[in-house]
Amino acid sequence: MSDRILTVEGLEVSLPVPSGTLNAVQGVSFHVDRGETVCIVGESGCGKSLTALAIMDLLPRRARRVARTLTLLGDPLIGVPETKMADLRGNRMGMIFQEPMTSLNPAYTIGNQLEEALLRHRKVPRAKARERAVHLLERVGITAAGQRLRQYPHQLSGGLRQRVMIAMALMTGPDLIIADEPTTALDVTIQAQILHLLAELQREFHMGLVLITHDLGVVARIATRVVVMYAGQVVETGTAAEVFGAPRHPYTRGLLDCIPIPGKTKRGEHLGTIPGMVPSLVGQMEGCHFAGRCNYVIDECRAAPIPLVSAPGRGHAVRCIRADELSRQPAAAEEGAA
Amino acid sequence: MAIFALKRLGVALLVALTVSLITFSMNYLSGDPAITIAGEGARIEDIENIRRYYGFDRPILVQYWDWLWNALHGDLGRSYSLRVPVADVIFERLPTTMLLGACAITFGLTLAIPLGVLAAVKPNSFFDRLALTLAVVGQAMPTFWFGLTLILVFGVMLRWLPITGQASWWNFVMPAVALGYNVAPAVMRLTRAGMLEVLASDYIRTARAKGLRPMKVLFKHALRNAVIPVVALAAVQFGFMLGGSIVIETIFQINGLGYLAWESIQRKDLPMMQAIVLILSIIYVVITFLADMLNAFLDPRIRVT
Ligand SMILES: Nc1ncnc2c1ncn2[C@@H]1O[C@H](COP(=O)(O)OP(=O)(O)OP(=O)(O)O)[C@@H](O)[C@H]1O
Ligand code: SF4
Ligand SMILES: [Mg+2]
Repeated sequence: MSDRILTVEGLEVSLPVPSGTLNAVQGVSFHVDRGETVCIVGESGCGKSLTALAIMDLLPRRARRVARTLTLLGDPLIGVPETKMADLRGNRMGMIFQEPMTSLNPAYTIGNQLEEALLRHRKVPRAKARERAVHLLERVGITAAGQRLRQYPHQLSGGLRQRVMIAMALMTGPDLIIADEPTTALDVTIQAQILHLLAELQREFHMGLVLITHDLGVVARIATRVVVMYAGQVVETGTAAEVFGAPRHPYTRGLLDCIPIPGKTKRGEHLGTIPGMVPSLVGQMEGCHFAGRCNYVIDECRAAPIPLVSAPGRGHAVRCIRADELSRQPAAAEEGAA
Repeated sequence: MAIFALKRLGVALLVALTVSLITFSMNYLSGDPAITIAGEGARIEDIENIRRYYGFDRPILVQYWDWLWNALHGDLGRSYSLRVPVADVIFERLPTTMLLGACAITFGLTLAIPLGVLAAVKPNSFFDRLALTLAVVGQAMPTFWFGLTLILVFGVMLRWLPITGQASWWNFVMPAVALGYNVAPAVMRLTRAGMLEVLASDYIRTARAKGLRPMKVLFKHALRNAVIPVVALAAVQFGFMLGGSIVIETIFQINGLGYLAWESIQRKDLPMMQAIVLILSIIYVVITFLADMLNAFLDPRIRVT
């Protein structure tokens, strides 16, 4: 077996809401090996952030978290006391958030916050921690790192703050980094830079990286494996080549149709979106979650829960009862339905 | 930081100057001061003599300048009723009031801030309800009434504490509690609200994502940001407390500025009242300045403006 860093099996997250129970994450499974970049994609609200927070055990207090297996390097992340979790958090696994502008404490210097991340988990002198902070700031592309340490977050731009957050997550040399839409709040011009920096660091530090992003173009280039989520479930997963080269779930195809293709999509042309609404996640749902928006829906789709089925002998799995027949004649089906 | 401090100092001086102008104009608040001093039924010549003696016949700006110059040199005039320099009496009584004020604000803040934090950390818990109850009661209860209740319970019925005078530290317990309790409700609610907001913020999530222990998250990352607005409020509340010390010192017969103010009002001792207003205002200006400095220390974003 390869060097397994993260195993997630049957992860469920639910939240009490006024109208009942919101089943935000419903049996999500995936794994990350050392040196892999696993990308989670899917529309807003499909449960990507809650999946990430559940792994870190940083969910809102009233959220309920259940899993068959949830382990980091073989150590369980569920059912362990908070003190034990806190020892792992920021140590063996780090997280980078979507909001760089508000994710740093305005009252402390960059240096203080970077050093703190290492000092919490390692018995090293402060000077050593500072040295590492400077080294990592330089590594993530911040110039005059020594001076930056004395600056406060409000003196830095959003892009710089996100680089600081990345450096902070790297302070202890973690085995796993979870980045939840790390570039959504940033200027378009630096989004790609940051994502490529993350991919580079992942290789250099030989970590596992879970990257949640909307940028399918970047996913296609840096992902080892892709997890496509829809309404709380994994609907398709496989290597980047499998999922992008031969998408099998109607939702994945819809997503891919939304990407502007350089040269093909004319400037200013309206981008495709999948018509229809995401179903409510409150309460139990019968059958395929995508049925309400699927062009290929048949009665059986709504009859029973649809299992996630792997193609024989491969990791490529899909949650659609018509996947086989659809991928045999994709073009015809596409036209017939349109 | 230095520039910020200088700016704030400039503002403080301007406020102090304005206060001095207002205090000075108290001379003319009740019409012609010479007539006031001479009292009812005085002859015209007497009034004229008094006017010349006190210098009320000179141009008003000259009078103000003289008054200010003297005040800056520690000469606040002579008391009409006690026939001694006002400054002597003031500086004899000032330490008592400052001590009472310090005890009261310390009591108020050590009650309000921890309760506010606890209430925010465990919303709807026992502490939250206790805090809410204390706040409602505190807000609804006038200072003098609370002071009298304390006297009744702890002084008369239980006989735990001395009622009046300032013979020992024990004498300061009830007045400090009565005065300090007044500042607690507002401070407590602001601490709770600030803490709730901060605890839900992204940087607290970051702190937890680093694996920091709950106490470190609470005290290093949350509290510091949550108390920033509280500092400014505490300074304002301290001002109210200075006003409240008139009532409390009178009830508990504590020989401070508050009691002196009460005596001076009864004796229509204008220079004394003037000096008390001036001193209390200056103290308030100084406290506000210190609060600004503390806030600038706590919140680096303030320093640049
Ligand atoms: N604190 C919360 N309280 C109530 N509902 C929540 C909370 N956090 C998330 N949800 C709900 O849970 C569902 C999943 O949310 P999640 O944040 O995981 O989505 P996401 O896939 O990360 O979306 P996005 O792309 O917008 O970040 C959504 O329907 C959301 O409204
Ligand atoms: S199971 Fe049916 S409804 Fe669901 S995606 Fe497949 S074809 Fe569409
Ligand atoms: Mg999200």
